[in-house]
Amino acid sequence: MEALELYLQTAAQMGTPILFGTLGGILCEKVGHLNLGVEGMMLLGAVCGFMAGLATGNPILAILAAGLAGAGGALIYAFITVTLQGNQNVTGLVLTTFGTGLSSFLGKDLVGQSLPDGIFAALGPKEIPVLSDIPVVGKMLFHQSPYATAGLVLAILLYFYMNRTTMGLNMRAVGENPGAADASGVNVTLYKYVHILLGGFCCGVGGAYLTLVFVPRWQDEITAGIGWIAVALVIFATWNPLKAIFGAYFFGALRGLSFVIQNMDLTLFGHKITIVSQFLDMIPYAATILVLVFITRGKRAENQAPRALGLAYFREER
Amino acid sequence: MTVQIVKKAAVSRRRQTAYRVFAVLAALAATGLVMALAGYNPFVVYYKMIEGSTMTAYRFQETIHKAIPLITLSLGVAVAFKMKFWNIGGEGQFYLGAFGAALVAFQAPELPMWAMLPAMMLAGMLLGGLWALIPALLKAKFGASETLVTLMLNYIAIKWVTYLQYGPWKDPKASGFPKMPKFADAAVLPKVFGVHAGWIITLAAVVLVWILFSRSKLGYEIAVLGESEATARYAGMNTVRTMLIAVLLSGGLCGLAGMMQASAVERSLSDVLSGGMGFTAIITAWLARLNPPAIVGVCFFFAILLQGGSYLQTSMQIPSSVAAVIQGVVLFFVLASEFFIQYRIQISRGEKKEVA
Repeated sequence: MEALELYLQTAAQMGTPILFGTLGGILCEKVGHLNLGVEGMMLLGAVCGFMAGLATGNPILAILAAGLAGAGGALIYAFITVTLQGNQNVTGLVLTTFGTGLSSFLGKDLVGQSLPDGIFAALGPKEIPVLSDIPVVGKMLFHQSPYATAGLVLAILLYFYMNRTTMGLNMRAVGENPGAADASGVNVTLYKYVHILLGGFCCGVGGAYLTLVFVPRWQDEITAGIGWIAVALVIFATWNPLKAIFGAYFFGALRGLSFVIQNMDLTLFGHKITIVSQFLDMIPYAATILVLVFITRGKRAENQAPRALGLAYFREER
Repeated sequence: MTVQIVKKAAVSRRRQTAYRVFAVLAALAATGLVMALAGYNPFVVYYKMIEGSTMTAYRFQETIHKAIPLITLSLGVAVAFKMKFWNIGGEGQFYLGAFGAALVAFQAPELPMWAMLPAMMLAGMLLGGLWALIPALLKAKFGASETLVTLMLNYIAIKWVTYLQYGPWKDPKASGFPKMPKFADAAVLPKVFGVHAGWIITLAAVVLVWILFSRSKLGYEIAVLGESEATARYAGMNTVRTMLIAVLLSGGLCGLAGMMQASAVERSLSDVLSGGMGFTAIITAWLARLNPPAIVGVCFFFAILLQGGSYLQTSMQIPSSVAAVIQGVVLFFVLASEFFIQYRIQISRGEKKEVA
């Protein structure tokens, strides 16, 4: 029982950066832009958050810097794909190359440095009395870094924003049919910019979780593919922030499991156990393909991809 | 004052190329400025990159070694892109191709070279092609987005190779170190003029894809399908069949790139064989406007950036990640320049016309 609780707690820790990345991806895709630069924006956030943490010792400033770095990457993407109507796939991939390179360049002197104590004191795990004693899920939800809690709150807020507010409705309209949204007076370009930038902000914050809380150090390509898992999870969660929580923790749990198993292999067993580790790593991607096939076949409106996803919107050609 | 964006009339090819070359130069100037601010002399850095990638025979060979897989991968994704089938799974198809080659090399190590290399090539192309066929079938049957499926399949392919490397194909003689044994000599592409024979295969592929695009019925069908599926169907084409053949070809070429890299460069299989080239190829193919001769030029430019970047590390202690940053900035500029090729910004100043 205790082992299960501990494991779920780890799953939530592993899932937190994935959750932030996924929420960023949802924001971006809901206005019709598939951003393959998530990994790059997470890395930019990871390195800039760490640098700001090192320089100021202030966790809020560190997280803010990480978010702004991610949003900066998203701004390049938004300018090229929204204003200049460039190819979204190519631009996103370039953003990942650029973010990976730039983060590695900026981080070259940061390797091996550690953060001031104040950051861990603020962002380390906090136990909420009573609630954390709930069996099974208590530790997972209520004995966590405030960072993880913030991810949960953000996902819930985002859900209400998207489904219960006028702005959220407009935002979804932009992703479904920008021409119609424009005709009914929604500023399509503004909506796209705001949400792509907010998405980048989330990705940056997610990346910084690794350098500020989880590891907490800087190393090259510290995200190790988490950004791509997030891109997958956006679909797995059918663009729904609440489902993204479950998806992120589920994928986090898989990652945690493959981590543990690999360690066991080093100490004792032969390769029979290692087999499982790489196959576990495949599950998020394979599951996403299955979900994708399932939703496109199922034709349930609320599960579909935004209809204008990947298409440029040129007002004069409406 | 009003700002209007107006679509330009047809722009000549030469004019388009001029815009793109200008974008690359502007990007190099911009990154140069950043380098100067960071305390490096940009002229020295650029010179060192060219020196490190072309000036000696060995370094030039290294540059060509980097260009070969990139060109073949770019040709592969270009075949799919022509049809507006967004195959961003070149990376995964590359690994499946390398896996196919290794399968032959490890399972039939006693084959003579004349049988070994063609068998490896065939296995590589077949597995790469079949791996690409999965998203094509899912698209044809269920309408699942090929962009997303090909992307996911990349990671499954890489994990598969990792599994082999740490598991069943681990070299028992490597004292616990997770790597695979080297291929037998018969499984290694021989050198021709100092560079492995992959360059001949690659050039042949360039010519073949060029013929496919500009001289063949299949290529014409692919292009029509890319323009409009309705038109293709109206013209009586079997659109699903055309799509499947083109995708098989696309994945096959990516698999061929993996086979060559495994055979000639790595002489084995590993889960870092590609180093992200499958993704770079998407960018290069797009940059070259899917034109095979242009792909050669663009990939060569990228190979210089890569090779020159790693030389910076040894000669100037500048991290090779600078090359990735330059690459990124150049591409952002070129992506942005596309807009100015297609559109013109018109600024009109209301009624006041007497000024000027």
